[in-house]
Amino acid sequence: MTKKVYIRSVGMISPQVTFAQEVPLGISTIHEGRRMNAIEPDYKIIFGPKSIRRMSRIIRMGSAAAVECMYHSGLIMPDAIITGTAYGCLEDTIIFLNKMEENKEEMLTPTAFIQSTHNSVGAQIALSIKCQGYNNTFVNRGLSFEQALLDAMLLIEEGDVTNVLVGGIDEITNTSHAILSRFDLYRSAKSDLLIEQPGKGTMAGEGAGFFLISSEASTSDMAVIEHLSMKFDPDEKLNTAQWINDVLSDLQMKLSDIDLFILGHNGDLRNDGTYESLQQAIGDSAPIAYFKHLCGEYPTASSFGLWLAASSLKNGRVPFSAEDFLQLDASSRVLMYNSASNGHHSLMLLSAC
Amino acid sequence: MHTSDIYVAGLGVISALGYDLKANRHALQSGESGIGAIKHLKTIHKDVFSVGEVKYSNADLEQASHLPPGTSRTALLSSIAAREAYTNAGLHPQTGLKIGFVSANSVGGMDKSEDFYSAFSNDHHKGKLRDVVGHECGYSTELVARQLGIHHYVSTISTACSSSANAIFHAARMIAAGYLDVAVAGGAESLTRFTLNGFNTLMILDPNPCKPLDENRKGLNLGEGAGYVVLASEYALSKLDTKVYCRLSGWHNVNDAFHQTASSPDGAGSYMAMQGALRKSGLRKEEIGYINLHGTSTQNNDLSEGTALIRLFGEALPKLSSTKAYTGHTLGASGGIEAVFSVMSVMDGYVYPNLRFETPMKDAPLHPVTSFDIDRSIRHVLSNSFGFGGNCSSLIFSAT
Repeated sequence: MTKKVYIRSVGMISPQVTFAQEVPLGISTIHEGRRMNAIEPDYKIIFGPKSIRRMSRIIRMGSAAAVECMYHSGLIMPDAIITGTAYGCLEDTIIFLNKMEENKEEMLTPTAFIQSTHNSVGAQIALSIKCQGYNNTFVNRGLSFEQALLDAMLLIEEGDVTNVLVGGIDEITNTSHAILSRFDLYRSAKSDLLIEQPGKGTMAGEGAGFFLISSEASTSDMAVIEHLSMKFDPDEKLNTAQWINDVLSDLQMKLSDIDLFILGHNGDLRNDGTYESLQQAIGDSAPIAYFKHLCGEYPTASSFGLWLAASSLKNGRVPFSAEDFLQLDASSRVLMYNSASNGHHSLMLLSAC
Repeated sequence: MHTSDIYVAGLGVISALGYDLKANRHALQSGESGIGAIKHLKTIHKDVFSVGEVKYSNADLEQASHLPPGTSRTALLSSIAAREAYTNAGLHPQTGLKIGFVSANSVGGMDKSEDFYSAFSNDHHKGKLRDVVGHECGYSTELVARQLGIHHYVSTISTACSSSANAIFHAARMIAAGYLDVAVAGGAESLTRFTLNGFNTLMILDPNPCKPLDENRKGLNLGEGAGYVVLASEYALSKLDTKVYCRLSGWHNVNDAFHQTASSPDGAGSYMAMQGALRKSGLRKEEIGYINLHGTSTQNNDLSEGTALIRLFGEALPKLSSTKAYTGHTLGASGGIEAVFSVMSVMDGYVYPNLRFETPMKDAPLHPVTSFDIDRSIRHVLSNSFGFGGNCSSLIFSAT
């Protein structure tokens, strides 16, 4: 990529208080159990009581995060809207499946079906602001958000657009949680200890994170996206440290050029091994921050990681971090690496602006 | 040849018309529709609606695709067509090329999820987990990518009925940007109770074989299948022992931003998608020799698309038709299957009949081709894909 890509603004709904306020520096909200539900705003204030009746929970979350992001951008309209979601609109999918089962395929109504398609959130945002620009939805499991972001960066690089609204959204529903739990993914924990005290399983999470990325600098920019890489390694042959070193050396950089690492450990011993070689390579060269004790594990959790990285650069401090260990300045660089199950790996390199 | 050009170097398709390219070609030429009664899908609507069902059982498809019993039909169809395209382009694991797989679908492994859900809904400890493991849209894509040994870039797109068209041009842009040398791109979709009942609630299913673009059209027939093109850079072509079918010369994606399911009456989205694809290709509209329409046969789509076509092309409309009267509306696969048909039009001058057409629409009279024809003068073909959520995409394929 030859063009600079600025993160101008963000809208984030997550299991933390991240919505509609300055970057939070205080203590985090602690969740107990097997899942962390998003802390949702009062949608009536954002959309009006009439509109929200027609919106499913994931559409509310996604739309509200998008509205918040656009508000902070100072722009009226993006040139393109791109979303990433692995599971899509689960609540409506399950409502329709339930009705189909109960009523034996008879006497069904269309609302849930209409809103069950994976592009519903992106479509609803376009509809609400009458954005007729490019609109796309990526649904590739643990890389859904990364691919949406790559597509957005490609659009900017191609030069046809300036401002792209890009988001990652996934929800937990009671049904999906019950099904995913049967795959032995989760354990009961206290979220603040999730990573410090790893065990067999993680905590489920959810969220909606939208970013306005732009080829034009503004006074309110949070960070510059220097690089995005991803890897599909289903056979789990990847040496993480080697891969990251290769990516950095292509950029004429070394691990020691990084001022802060943000890593996607999820507190599951079966998964965190992916990070070992990297952590060894990092050594004491720079501080490491984690984020899944804040947002839980979900396929588009890297959107929360990106929020944390951009917010850290904007403020010179890691949100919700008790330690004031960072001396981030105008030349600081943050590297986020995320990996969950199924061989999905991603790397985002950000710099201060 | 221009270095940033994107070439089509391989094709693969499975649909109600047949198992492979050859069978589809034969059915299209002879005007044999694939629409008929439901045979394989388990539904109470079995004897009610006509569909474009692939004429093979899951067991047949498992055997053909070398995928294990219990695999989603979406993945089975995807595997068969993607492998045909991969082989057709002369791809193999030792090319040294950066190969991508970009596949679309609208409901992932829903055919199995709904079986799981039948058992699960009464007792949350019931239902076989292997039936729900493939629910995510990306699961089938990754399964097929692994079969083909593709790992450089594997992506899944889901924008309802325009999914495959978006997959094809995302792959093209990945090649243009240098991330990939070559990509297998398109989409797959299987019939499910979920989609059949969903479209039934919208009251847009025709019990009889559909009549796209006809004043007396009564709705669509759902279909299933998979269609892929292999897109390649000039560099990739130099490394492959393959022929070049044509170029992908134009593409565009817009949102109608009018309604969650309906298209705007003036076809604003369709108009902008077609216009944008023309602009990208650098072609004048007079140069389009054939248009493969979205043409679902619903009141709303055909009127909206027709209005946009008349607005864009005026009196001088190119030859046009909807092949959904042959295959049914294959949703997330339609852009892929119709891309394959469009490439055959550029290559061999095929103009497909709009089966069962009788009376032009009063409010947007289109006069589609009604019998199979070969027109060697065709150099540029436009393919439309529009979907729920206002997603509108158009592709243009051009002779080299």
